[in-house]
Amino acid sequence: MSTELPQSSVPPPTGVDEPSSAPTRRTFIATTTAVGAVVAGGVIGGTLLVDDEVAAAGAPPESRVSLTVNGTRRTVTVDNRTSLLDLLREQFGLTGSKKGCNAGACGACTVFVDGRRVNSCLTLAVRLEGAEVTTIEGLAEGDELHPLQQAFVDEDAFQCGYCTPGQIMSGVGCIQEGHTGSPEEIREWMSGNICRCGCYVKIVRAVEQTAARK
Amino acid sequence: MHPFSLTKAANTREALNAGRKGGRYIAGGTTLVDLMRETVERPETLVDISDLPLREVSVTERGGLRIGALVSMAESAAHPKVRSLFPVVSEALELSASAQLRNMATIGGNIMQRTRCTYFRDVTADCNKREPGSGCAALHGFNRMHAILGASDVCVATHPSDVAVAFAALEATVHLLGPDGERTVPFADFLLRPGNTPNREQALRKGELITAVEIPALPRPLKSGYLKVRDRQSYEFALTSAAVALHIRSGVIREAKVAAGGVGTVPWKLPAVEKHLVGERPSESLWAAAAERAADGARPLDHNRFKVALLKRTVERQLRIVGGTK
Ligand SMILES: Cc1cc2nc3c(=O)[nH]c(=O)nc-3n(C[C@H](O)[C@H](O)[C@H](O)COP(=O)(O)OP(=O)(O)OC[C@H]3O[C@@H](n4cnc5c(N)ncnc54)[C@H](O)[C@@H]3O)c2cc1C
Ligand code: SF4
Ligand code: FES
Ligand code: FES
Repeated sequence: MSTELPQSSVPPPTGVDEPSSAPTRRTFIATTTAVGAVVAGGVIGGTLLVDDEVAAAGAPPESRVSLTVNGTRRTVTVDNRTSLLDLLREQFGLTGSKKGCNAGACGACTVFVDGRRVNSCLTLAVRLEGAEVTTIEGLAEGDELHPLQQAFVDEDAFQCGYCTPGQIMSGVGCIQEGHTGSPEEIREWMSGNICRCGCYVKIVRAVEQTAARK
Repeated sequence: MHPFSLTKAANTREALNAGRKGGRYIAGGTTLVDLMRETVERPETLVDISDLPLREVSVTERGGLRIGALVSMAESAAHPKVRSLFPVVSEALELSASAQLRNMATIGGNIMQRTRCTYFRDVTADCNKREPGSGCAALHGFNRMHAILGASDVCVATHPSDVAVAFAALEATVHLLGPDGERTVPFADFLLRPGNTPNREQALRKGELITAVEIPALPRPLKSGYLKVRDRQSYEFALTSAAVALHIRSGVIREAKVAAGGVGTVPWKLPAVEKHLVGERPSESLWAAAAERAADGARPLDHNRFKVALLKRTVERQLRIVGGTK
């Protein structure tokens, strides 16, 4: 199946990744600090960073990309800056994959690209021409949960659940890669997924049991 | 993130052409996309090099190893030849980053990765590496993670790569291809100490492409390994680390290759330690005496004095792990 998203259904660039016209938190802080300096010491300048970003963002380069997400072929036009994570969440409405750090440091955004677990926050969508992406939404077979999803439920391997989609995708990868020889090995090969609630013991157990069942 | 255009190079010639015009190569993107999002990096054009034929791991005629620049960290670490010939390389890679990042990141990108100095990553802080001449917020700031070796008054940031420490120990060479053809650079000359130009980090000319890293043949049997000490057990950069390779025959150490990570502005080769080992028989006292030389020339900062002792102990422990006793 092929879904061609019409241009109009694509949210404005502001919804995608960092807003191109709004200041980021850091540039905002920088600007207010500098403005403070203007008032206090008469120093000129200060809003440079924000102006730069707005000016440069005039017509941000876009590209067309076709990729398969959970078995469905999709063709979209994206701002080149769009991450796979933002494409999934903001344009495809697949909000299962989570944004924790947006910097490769937490694993909440873990998905499969061409069969390998990756951080979708550091993956540029425009580079995915022809790629096969699997997200947490694509793991179950109809109403039947993937064995690792079921194991997370059985083991109660979460509290707030924010890290869980990433943990499960990463766990599926860990099992496929065969790094489940011991709880220690699972911990090491699952270390790319941080759980703020500290459910590690149960997460390891869920991965261990699912691997043993195979 | 600043807007950028992106072209995908179908072959090496196309890549070099785009590189010559100022295009920035992107491999796994795990350093570049992150730093672009922080607006630390602002390339106008990205050149996607992922289709180039630089994905091979091969044993060289003399028994060394050549790892293509686009081989992922995960594939390099798992490669049977890497594991059997140079375990120190596999171990350094598997102790790096996370399984997800290692699936994305490449060998070429890894040795090109930029410092994790938090002031470098924060565009509101003074940083000579990011903005030459603006100052160094780390010098008298929170510099616990910073370098005790190879620093200048201008920059004290560490090179964060683990596998680069193994490459430095093993005296690898970097293969480059540029508009003027191919050349090779010894690893020791590839990554640059900050001096007065911390913004220049590699001996790479404009538009040059890394094609491979080559590890020279070393006499066999060779035992090697990597030890990494960090604030948490995994998914963390090194406070200190040690890459060690030893060739021991008839009970005597004939060759010793040792380098340290987490302590230098570049991966820190330890010739004084190596010299102390060669010609000697493995013993507890030898490991301790050799490791005593590991921090020669160290100049710790306010918050990282602990690294001096930690470095010596890391090297001593790894010498024992690789060389055993008796
Ligand atoms: C959360 C986190 C934790 C990490 N932990 C560790 C760790 O513990 N140990 C460790 O060693 N690393 C660690 N890393 C860093 C990671 O290993 C690097 O980001 C990665 O190796 C970079 O490779 P890449 O292919 O993604 O490079 P890219 O991001 O694609 O490129 C990086 C740079 O290299 C240049 N480049 C890439 N390929 C070539 C080439 N062939 N020729 C010329 N230039 C090239 C690019 O232009 C760019 O400037 C971590 C990263 C993150 C985000
Ligand atoms: S140590 Fe280097 S990278 Fe860090 S703030 Fe100083 S100049 Fe910048
Ligand atoms: S959101 Fe991608 S690793 Fe944290
Ligand atoms: S369950 Fe809350 S972060 Fe893991």
